[in-house]
Amino acid sequence: MNDAGSMPLVGVILLSAGVLSVGMTCVAYLTWLERKVAARMQNRVGPYQVGKPHGWLQPLADIVKLLAKEDITPRAADGVLFNLGPILAVVPALLGFAFIPFLPGWAVVDHPYSVLLFSAFASLSLFGVFAAGWASNNKYALLSALRMVAMLVSYEIPLLLALLVPALLAGSFSLMGIVEAQRGLAFVFVPVIGQLAFVVFFIAMLAESNKAPFDLIEAESELIAAYNVEYSGIKFALFYAGEYAHTFALCGLAATVFFGGYLGPAFLPGPFWLLLKMVGLFSVVLWVRWSFMRLRIDQALAFNWKLLFPLSLSILVATGAWVGLAGGGR
Amino acid sequence: MPAAEVVAALAARVGAVPFTLGVDVSAPDLLVTLRALRDVHGYRYYVCASATDRSAEFELLHGVRNLDTNDDIWVRVHLPRDAPEVDSAAHTYAGAEWQEREIFDLFGLIFRAHPDPRRLMLPDQYVGHPLRKDFPIDTPWGYRPATVGAPVAEPEA
Amino acid sequence: MTSDVEIVERDFGELALNMGPQHPSTHGVLRLVLYLRGETVLRAVPGIGYLHRGVEKLCETLAYDQLAPVFERNDYLGPTSNSLAFVLTVERHGSFHVPRRGAWLRGLVAELQRVASHLVWLGTLGLDLGGALGGGTTLYMYCFREREKILDLLEELTGTRFHTNFNLIGGARYDLTSAIGAHARGLADGFDAMLDELLSMSAKSGVFRGRTEGVGVISRDLALGAGVTGPVLRGSGVAFDIRRARPYDAYAELEFDIPVRTAGDALARFEVRMAEIGQSARLIRQIVDGLPPGPICSRKPLKNPKATKLAAGEAYAAVESPRGELGVLLVADGTSQPWRLKINAPSFANLQVVPLIAPGMLLADVIATLGSLDPVMGDVDR
Repeated sequence: MNDAGSMPLVGVILLSAGVLSVGMTCVAYLTWLERKVAARMQNRVGPYQVGKPHGWLQPLADIVKLLAKEDITPRAADGVLFNLGPILAVVPALLGFAFIPFLPGWAVVDHPYSVLLFSAFASLSLFGVFAAGWASNNKYALLSALRMVAMLVSYEIPLLLALLVPALLAGSFSLMGIVEAQRGLAFVFVPVIGQLAFVVFFIAMLAESNKAPFDLIEAESELIAAYNVEYSGIKFALFYAGEYAHTFALCGLAATVFFGGYLGPAFLPGPFWLLLKMVGLFSVVLWVRWSFMRLRIDQALAFNWKLLFPLSLSILVATGAWVGLAGGGR
Repeated sequence: MPAAEVVAALAARVGAVPFTLGVDVSAPDLLVTLRALRDVHGYRYYVCASATDRSAEFELLHGVRNLDTNDDIWVRVHLPRDAPEVDSAAHTYAGAEWQEREIFDLFGLIFRAHPDPRRLMLPDQYVGHPLRKDFPIDTPWGYRPATVGAPVAEPEA
Repeated sequence: MTSDVEIVERDFGELALNMGPQHPSTHGVLRLVLYLRGETVLRAVPGIGYLHRGVEKLCETLAYDQLAPVFERNDYLGPTSNSLAFVLTVERHGSFHVPRRGAWLRGLVAELQRVASHLVWLGTLGLDLGGALGGGTTLYMYCFREREKILDLLEELTGTRFHTNFNLIGGARYDLTSAIGAHARGLADGFDAMLDELLSMSAKSGVFRGRTEGVGVISRDLALGAGVTGPVLRGSGVAFDIRRARPYDAYAELEFDIPVRTAGDALARFEVRMAEIGQSARLIRQIVDGLPPGPICSRKPLKNPKATKLAAGEAYAAVESPRGELGVLLVADGTSQPWRLKINAPSFANLQVVPLIAPGMLLADVIATLGSLDPVMGDVDR
């Protein structure tokens, strides 16, 4: 087992820095991918000039622009919470990268309960958004923060319940163990249970990362920019990057527990397969995002409590019955 | 031309005098006329209201329409220039509310018992009624504080 | 927090949210003060006048022949209808004859701009419902791509893309060549496929229907009393269209249907407008195929615009603009300038309904309702 627990400090720092830099570079280029995919879906070209011919230097230009902007703090904003908001929004998302195994036996943190730890840390970003919404002293931000709390707390439950299905099938809460248990068959191919659990997880993931049709939190046409309406410059960049990092981390989790993580034909190394699966899932998220209109808050909550939650609960019970009684899974 | 029998009925009811687009009634009879049109003759659709500044008096027109017979009728009242007050039609036709607010804003006609007698287009602190014929329009900005009232003051923070 | 800011906490149980003049989805500069409890609107207070340019006063200073372009700037998304309303009123009052070809050409440009205006409405409705970072932008881009084709045709015909200055008192300004006619016909033939594509992005999407079905219901009685017009009126079950009720220009001789829905909600108004695009395509095909020969304007180009005097009297004429009944009430005094020109704007009447139906809606529904009413602030404020 090669993780931070069994390395000297230098190794820990190098490993974390390596994973973090790969993660953040991916996040930066995911913004480029999003703009290109959105543009092609809308019959236009997307970023083109910055780094011809495909605008591949656009993320760099965006970062430089955001760093160079003036950092404005409203006079009546709550100082501590206002500055804490972006940090709380970004750090838990980045923490998610630490748990995802990228080679057999290699992860930054390999813990027997890493599935639960991942979920626990990922849901901390809720506090960042709520702090930003409250501390901005702005009614639009407050409304968005209230919607955010209601939505995210609701959609955590089917997310977790859907996550428990692969854990049951693998017989382990450790992400490494779940990946290893997929050596024969990736869990998404398990008849009925695997596919349904993946669909539930995908929808809950869309809601957790505020992508359409669940982007009512930052509904730009109603709440302007919602919780980050008062932020500019580097703080806005942190929110922006944090949103992509959160989505990418959740895609990583989905790739790990449903699609087998770093497993793949041997002619390419494991981390490559992991990245391929993560980016593929992210592309599907983009495809859905740029096609759908936005749900209203009561419709989104009704969808969760009346459909998604009972569905995920029944899938979990069915999986438990299959594993326990029929000896399915491992 | 509005329907002849409706004009005749109104002439019998309130002494309405026909003109090109409809009937002339006296200001106190306005609401009676409008209610008769709405309830008795089926003119339930509200078109719009307009005012005209004839230098000696104001004219106020309310236009209503009967969708079944596809007929318009305009009810006109003449108001004296120094006391341009008339009853509000907003309780009879919901659509008259904003039309009357706009006429108050731009002409200065007072509508009694209007549910929301504020200016509509211009700022609340504005002094003057621009569509009156004595409102100057030949200045660069069309608004001379010396003749039309105090300049708009900055609202208290 | 700095010491010169005093935070006063008061609890009235309601939150006053100012969707101020600058807002991504108020369709122009409309200020809507919403009093909310949670997400529910308790009351809505619209504030207009941010685009008030004093057009009616301006009209009293210009000659009749100079006024048609001024009218185009009122409702800037359906400009030809505005100038057509004015020109029609003057023609009726002054008994000017309009040659048949001119009347048919005016109808052609009016229908083309009706489709263009409805495409803008649909695109911005997508932005309102789906947001700039989601499926709404996709719908918006597709609508505007189709609209560009219409604007290219108008540029071929008149020289400018949108405010074409096409209507004259007594006819039209530019004539249709057979090449432009063929181009227009091809465009109209493509509208059906375009409608299918746009419908697949909107009405066939469950999320869209969920956002518009049952939202912003205007009952038939309220619609009549408040005087709403156009697709809003026809979406509430009243089959009244000025083109059918008081035909002007070519409409008496052309075949088209009036789409009517009874539900009165945002989805009904959406369906009415989409059906109207189909009917406009039908009208354009008929006009291009059956365009009568002859002159397009009964009056020679003027040397002195102040030469046209109209007799004293009043006249009212209305046209069916993309937003509804656009009427002009003319009070003439015998000179070459109108004494009073009142513009009965469709968006003005339609917007009045918002404070009457807003109480009890959710915040997202207010946006959807505003989008389905399709107000243009240039029309409301004049």
